[in-house]
Amino acid sequence: MSSEQNVNYLNCSKGFSSWFWTLDHKRLGLMYLWSTIAAMFLGGIFALTMRVELFAPGAQIVSADQFNQLFTLHGAIMVFLVIIPSVPAALGNFVLPMMLGAKDVAFPKLNRFSYHLWLLGAIFFVSSMLATGLDTGWTFYAPYSTVHSPAYTAVVLAVFGAFILGFSSIFTGLNFVATVHKMRPPGMTWFRLPLFIWAIYATGLIQILATPVIGITMLLIAVERILEIGIFNPALGGDPVLFQHMFWFYSHPAVYIMILPAMGVMSELFSTFARKKIFGYSFIAMSSVAIAVVSFIVWGHHMFVSGQSPLVSIVFSAMTFFVAIPTAIKIFSWVATLYKGSINMATPMIYAMGFLWLFGIGGLTGLWLTTLETDIHLHDTYFVVAHFHFVMVGSALMGFLGGIHYWWPKMFGRMYPERKGQVAAVGLIVGFNVTFLPQFVAGTQGMPRRYFDYAERFEIYNQISTFGAFLMGLSLLTILIYLIRSIKRGKLAPANPWGGATLEWHTAPIPDPHNFDNAPQVGDPYDMEIFKWDETEKGYVPVNPVPGLPYIAQPKADSGDSH
Amino acid sequence: MIPKMLSFFHFLPQDGEGDFFFPAQASNLAKFNDWLFYYILIVSAVFFFAIMLSAGYFSWKYHKSRCPEPQPSPSHSNTIEFVWSVIPTIFLAYMFWQGFVGFMNRQNPPADAYQVHAQGQKWSWIFQYPDGTESNVLHLPLNRPIEVSLGSNDVLHSLFIPAFRTKMDAVPGRLTSLWFTPTMIGEFEIFCAEYCGTEHSSMITTCKVETQAEFDAWLEEAGDFISKLPPVEAGKRVFAMKGCAACHTVDGAVGIGPTFKGSFGTERKLTDGSKVTMDYDYVYESLMDPQAKLREGFPPVMPTFQGQMDDEKIRVLVEYLKTL
Repeated sequence: MSSEQNVNYLNCSKGFSSWFWTLDHKRLGLMYLWSTIAAMFLGGIFALTMRVELFAPGAQIVSADQFNQLFTLHGAIMVFLVIIPSVPAALGNFVLPMMLGAKDVAFPKLNRFSYHLWLLGAIFFVSSMLATGLDTGWTFYAPYSTVHSPAYTAVVLAVFGAFILGFSSIFTGLNFVATVHKMRPPGMTWFRLPLFIWAIYATGLIQILATPVIGITMLLIAVERILEIGIFNPALGGDPVLFQHMFWFYSHPAVYIMILPAMGVMSELFSTFARKKIFGYSFIAMSSVAIAVVSFIVWGHHMFVSGQSPLVSIVFSAMTFFVAIPTAIKIFSWVATLYKGSINMATPMIYAMGFLWLFGIGGLTGLWLTTLETDIHLHDTYFVVAHFHFVMVGSALMGFLGGIHYWWPKMFGRMYPERKGQVAAVGLIVGFNVTFLPQFVAGTQGMPRRYFDYAERFEIYNQISTFGAFLMGLSLLTILIYLIRSIKRGKLAPANPWGGATLEWHTAPIPDPHNFDNAPQVGDPYDMEIFKWDETEKGYVPVNPVPGLPYIAQPKADSGDSH
Repeated sequence: MIPKMLSFFHFLPQDGEGDFFFPAQASNLAKFNDWLFYYILIVSAVFFFAIMLSAGYFSWKYHKSRCPEPQPSPSHSNTIEFVWSVIPTIFLAYMFWQGFVGFMNRQNPPADAYQVHAQGQKWSWIFQYPDGTESNVLHLPLNRPIEVSLGSNDVLHSLFIPAFRTKMDAVPGRLTSLWFTPTMIGEFEIFCAEYCGTEHSSMITTCKVETQAEFDAWLEEAGDFISKLPPVEAGKRVFAMKGCAACHTVDGAVGIGPTFKGSFGTERKLTDGSKVTMDYDYVYESLMDPQAKLREGFPPVMPTFQGQMDDEKIRVLVEYLKTL
């Protein structure tokens, strides 16, 4: 059906406005993708500048004030502009409707509005921080942020930026939740949903419920500043600890907005690259929902030494341990999926193994921080810095890059150079470990975070860290270059290069603007036997194609009904 | 028993010195804290390597070059899934329990604990003793329970003593506290662990643990130093004690605030363009109401010392400034 390939979502219309005003979820997904990548490099440059500064004690290339601005910018950009939108907004938009077997999301115009809002929020957020030299840290703790910082007038602007971004996130979540409820084709029962969709669905619920709180917080800061009603400022009778509660009530669930979608990507990768049905489907699906629910009642574990009541700390510590169990279930299930499979160690799979390693360390080091006794010493040290980088990079970045490499052929119809992909992935993972493993020890030895200058005895850890950071930077740059080059020069991709069985692999090599001409027939999303390797196609083809539709495999009659 | 088993590894803490992970154990809290740390480390390491080795082994054994086709295997097993949910839960429950026990111990200071108050401000600590003596170095007697209450004049700070394995935030508008018993003679670093602005990373001081006799001698001398020391020496002590050096240098180098080298008695330019002579009255006013007359070219970040500096202290401080 070469005629079908003449019109696809990339070439169906041309020009700036055909992209900027598009309603196509795939084009919106790509625009999120490039925006997120641009923000990631911006945040990365700030990180490398910090690492150069920290190479030795004392001032190297920036002043103390500039350093404080750098870590604020790095943290705020990476959290609000990179990690939160990376997997759900960029990959979610591109993949979710196709994977579900739908033509688009439930509310395409709202989807476009989300992106425009994101763009507006991003520009507003970054420019207000740069213009005012915001130096409060991405956590904006009061009363430093609201009264004492030289940029205290800017904190309302910055939080307003986060608020706009928050609305973009709420609308995206709402759209995905509505799509999953209302747009499933016939046969797509809840327990035939691919696990990526389960993860995005659970994430959507968190986005809708948690994100409004950041808006409320912003409003309260404005009320305090304009009407001088004491809320957070102790000089007016407010309480700074209340700010921490409000901030983490959003920001802790936000951590799962960052992690859950990446876990969803992992479920797809482990199954596809082991050529095997995912192990423990319903446990993985339900663990996503469990994590989403528990994520709302653990925020106080950020505040064990803040002065909150000890009783409250004890309850939060206990609740936090409950997050560990569904997380462990997921990891065990992925490893069990590998058992007796046929494993293809392609680039996306290297990211999946990287996820196990990095997120394994990130998750397990969380145990020291949720254990009340050991958190006291480690709180606000480099141990925490290392922990959350292992968690965030281990999950969000591995999920993002793994997902990009997995769906890249579907996005552009081209393959990236496999060998370079593997080398850069290994370089990134090694570089990450070199950067952040020493920081655990710097932390247990007592080096506090957000330190411009440090005692001599911490120098060795910081030097190793800086070397690792540059290896990471180099790997990321390599990845960006070969990906961009492959759009024009890469080998033409088959419709299904990896043998995935979920519905997005049933579309044309570059999908049609409307994904499917007819509602696809839905079977078990992890029944790998409906596709087989074809040497001439250099890809996987349906064992039993639907007549007239060469890419679409007929589901097996009995599959998917065992649930 | 478990700590004993652990000491098999020679990298673990020995009395009086640090190890790969920790500085020396210098308080009653350190031993239990470090033991629990290593307990979690061992449990985590066992799980981590079990996961990674199985993943690695499966990836090798079932690589597509060896296994071109997947082999039949269950995609679901209630027994396995139940077992791997319950076993970690048991280890986690024990971790929580031990963490809880340690935490409760930290919440309940002995009734006879010696009281010290630590007041944080940008960017120094002032420690106040029961007799009213103040110091910017935390002098403490050995082997005596100490309860430190914490307050802050401006933003959040956090008193962190790595060798004692303890920290607590100082919150403006609240009084927080922590307690410990120093168990080792020596000098230990005190860091500020909660971000507090420009000089956050230089908000560092020392905890000096001495024998009870040495401590008593220090306290008596420190409480009455103004009458015992020559005024210039006493002024130098006030300068150090109040943390002036966090912002003001005495050697002409540029700091957050103006240097005091050669400045007393000279004319200084203010932000409104007028001039003022740096004399006793100007120093006094700047301490009580720092924003009243601001030097040109410096940020308005000086905290007030109202209620913290009596006339005696300011008198000797000025004597010291005159000599610079």
